[in-house]
Amino acid sequence: MSKLLLTGNEAIARGAWECGVGAAFGYPGTPSTEILENLVKYPGVYCEWSPNEKVAFESAAGAAIGGCRSMVTMKHVGLNVAADPMMTLSYVGIVAGMVIVVADDPGQHSSQTEQDTRHYARLAKLPILEPGNAVECAAFMKIAFDLSEKYRCPVILRSTTCVSHSRFHIETAERVEHSRVAFEKNLQQFVPIPMFGRKLRAKVEERMATQALESAQNRQLNTIFHRGNELGIISSGVAALHCVEQFSDASILKLGWAWPFPDQLLKDFAASCKKIAVIEEGDPILEEHVKALGISCDGKNVVPRCGELTPRVIAEIKAKLTGAPLPDFSQVAQADDLPTRPPMLCAGCPHRGIFYGLTKFDVIVTGDIGCYTLGAFPPLERTDLLICMGAGFTLAHGMVKAGETRPVVGIVGDSTFFHSGITGLLNLVYNKGNATLIVADNRTTAMTGHQDHPGTGRTLMGEETLSASIEEIAKACGMKRIRVVDPNDLEAVHQVLQQELAADEPSLIISRAPCILKEKSAAKPPLAIDADKCRNCRACLKLGCPAIETLDVKGKPSINAQQCVGCKMCESVCKFGAIR
Amino acid sequence: MNQNILLCGVGGQGILLAAKIIALAAEKAGFEVTTNEVHGMAQRGGSVTAQLRYGDAVYSPLILERQADVLASMEMIEALRYAHFLKPGGLAAVSTQKIIPVTVSSGKMQYPADAEARLREVFPRLELCDCLDAAIKMGNAKLANTILLGTLSAGLAGIDLPLWESAISECVKPAFVEANLAAFRFGRKENER
Repeated sequence: MSKLLLTGNEAIARGAWECGVGAAFGYPGTPSTEILENLVKYPGVYCEWSPNEKVAFESAAGAAIGGCRSMVTMKHVGLNVAADPMMTLSYVGIVAGMVIVVADDPGQHSSQTEQDTRHYARLAKLPILEPGNAVECAAFMKIAFDLSEKYRCPVILRSTTCVSHSRFHIETAERVEHSRVAFEKNLQQFVPIPMFGRKLRAKVEERMATQALESAQNRQLNTIFHRGNELGIISSGVAALHCVEQFSDASILKLGWAWPFPDQLLKDFAASCKKIAVIEEGDPILEEHVKALGISCDGKNVVPRCGELTPRVIAEIKAKLTGAPLPDFSQVAQADDLPTRPPMLCAGCPHRGIFYGLTKFDVIVTGDIGCYTLGAFPPLERTDLLICMGAGFTLAHGMVKAGETRPVVGIVGDSTFFHSGITGLLNLVYNKGNATLIVADNRTTAMTGHQDHPGTGRTLMGEETLSASIEEIAKACGMKRIRVVDPNDLEAVHQVLQQELAADEPSLIISRAPCILKEKSAAKPPLAIDADKCRNCRACLKLGCPAIETLDVKGKPSINAQQCVGCKMCESVCKFGAIR
Repeated sequence: MNQNILLCGVGGQGILLAAKIIALAAEKAGFEVTTNEVHGMAQRGGSVTAQLRYGDAVYSPLILERQADVLASMEMIEALRYAHFLKPGGLAAVSTQKIIPVTVSSGKMQYPADAEARLREVFPRLELCDCLDAAIKMGNAKLANTILLGTLSAGLAGIDLPLWESAISECVKPAFVEANLAAFRFGRKENER
């Protein structure tokens, strides 16, 4: 046994490994990605990146029903993709334990929405555990597997960005192997045709009632900090830990088993305190239930509905609840005029070429989720609409069908193409659409830190495998016009766009060059701007490259040698030969 | 006793390695330690922060504004952006690098010309150092974060020099240990003590 300083994600992997998980599946998504990246380093666990969360979920379900402790990981929006199998698996149940690890992103650090996965637990009628730090991440994983086997249903473990990315010391243990349980045919259990499904449905309700009773007794998951009877706070996750520090005179009930609600525990705790407040991140799920139990409490009247419950927000809640003076949190430095630092395409990013190329045409661009989402930022500003994974293609199709007269361009990345782009492309061809589709193919899942996918020729386990061809798949779907272009060659990009945007049938452009962060060997010596030749026309600045700097409008731009990777895009846009 | 440290800068400046070394040094000193790091989209050229807390009992991994004992920044305006985290009397260790955001290069916003004057006004306990220049003079630009680490270490309680040195030795590659120890001592002004 040793002590390790682990992030929540590392601890989830550690806890799963220690309790004998045999198979793990997932699709990358911040803040969940590092779970599988760490789990794969341990011996004896099969790990894979699946093309999307639904595939990952169903594979994990198959593994668990096949008798092997399994898990699936994803970010909150990934669960939208995997929701379909989850609803039915709740009825069908599992044989060996299965844990669904979902990482929510309160505050939307890197997400398009702020979803509260507890809603899904209630909808799917599955237990959900909510660790507040890495210690609990490891411990709760083990409990989740035990509960899953006890109740023969998958268990959700919900992390959040702060929990996943904060480090705490955890005591490690050795792995306890979990032997495979053989699958036995049982139609009434595993084939939920309506006549069997109705019986399973009733059993699910019984299961939930039993779980609520057990949760009320469980002091390992649901902990109480007894500190007087004036104010009692009911909270969960990392928000509860902020409360433990800041409300030194309040008793705190920290729910680690977030649903089904432990009614008796909530009633007993409320009866022990004069005043009750529910402080929960996200939606008022717990608060509404507490009120439904007839307990009057403060909640979203003082707790924000949106955003992360940071220590500062907790301090503001405390001031409202207790009348305690609020420290002065205002900026001490003059900061209102500080330039912002939004994320952007890296110096040398090949995506820049295709987005820059699009700035030369009057088109509508429907984008997608990945590094190339950053093409929406100035000065490129070449994304007009963004919804979710795969929608880059399908939104474009819909816009054309709506009668849009400008050319419509739909962009997805390579990982996104395999995730959910293929069906959109197939549909566009089948239903005679006429959008220009682009795959921004940088040969990796870049935004989440370079994970492999079906097109990279390598698995998460590090094995070589076949590399699925985007152009062959498109061809098989019936796409006739397929062009491959190197986005670092701006002239070629312009030509291809000109031809394909003018075509009166759908076309696919594969903009292909490796991610510069991944292929560090592709970096070349930095370029420099010859100030004598530079006329300060600022054409190079329109590329939005972070390596090209200028402090004000009058000053000529210069290239930051620490950042430049020598991609030479700026050289090709300089009409005066000033960049070499 | 609890100590809170906020590190800030821009992606690629070595903030996360510095955080790792502080965490290990605090662990060696027998404290409970938590850290929190920014991941994901924020790494693509955005501002990066790492928070560390160590002490006898630490529950929350995040620092409440006005409670940081040390604010250390590898970039000037990032120090101004997070200045309100520092407690009155806390140490601000700032490297004088200017990393020009694209919002400035595209002409939409201005990099404040008086950044250094603002730093001096806001932080009564300010250690300002051109860590990058000093690192290049020591032979390796990548030592800049270790120099800043040395400077900020002087503002932290409960961790003695040998523990810092042992943490650095464990966190950097063997070939770079001596250079990093020298950079740390330079930043900490050990020779002037």
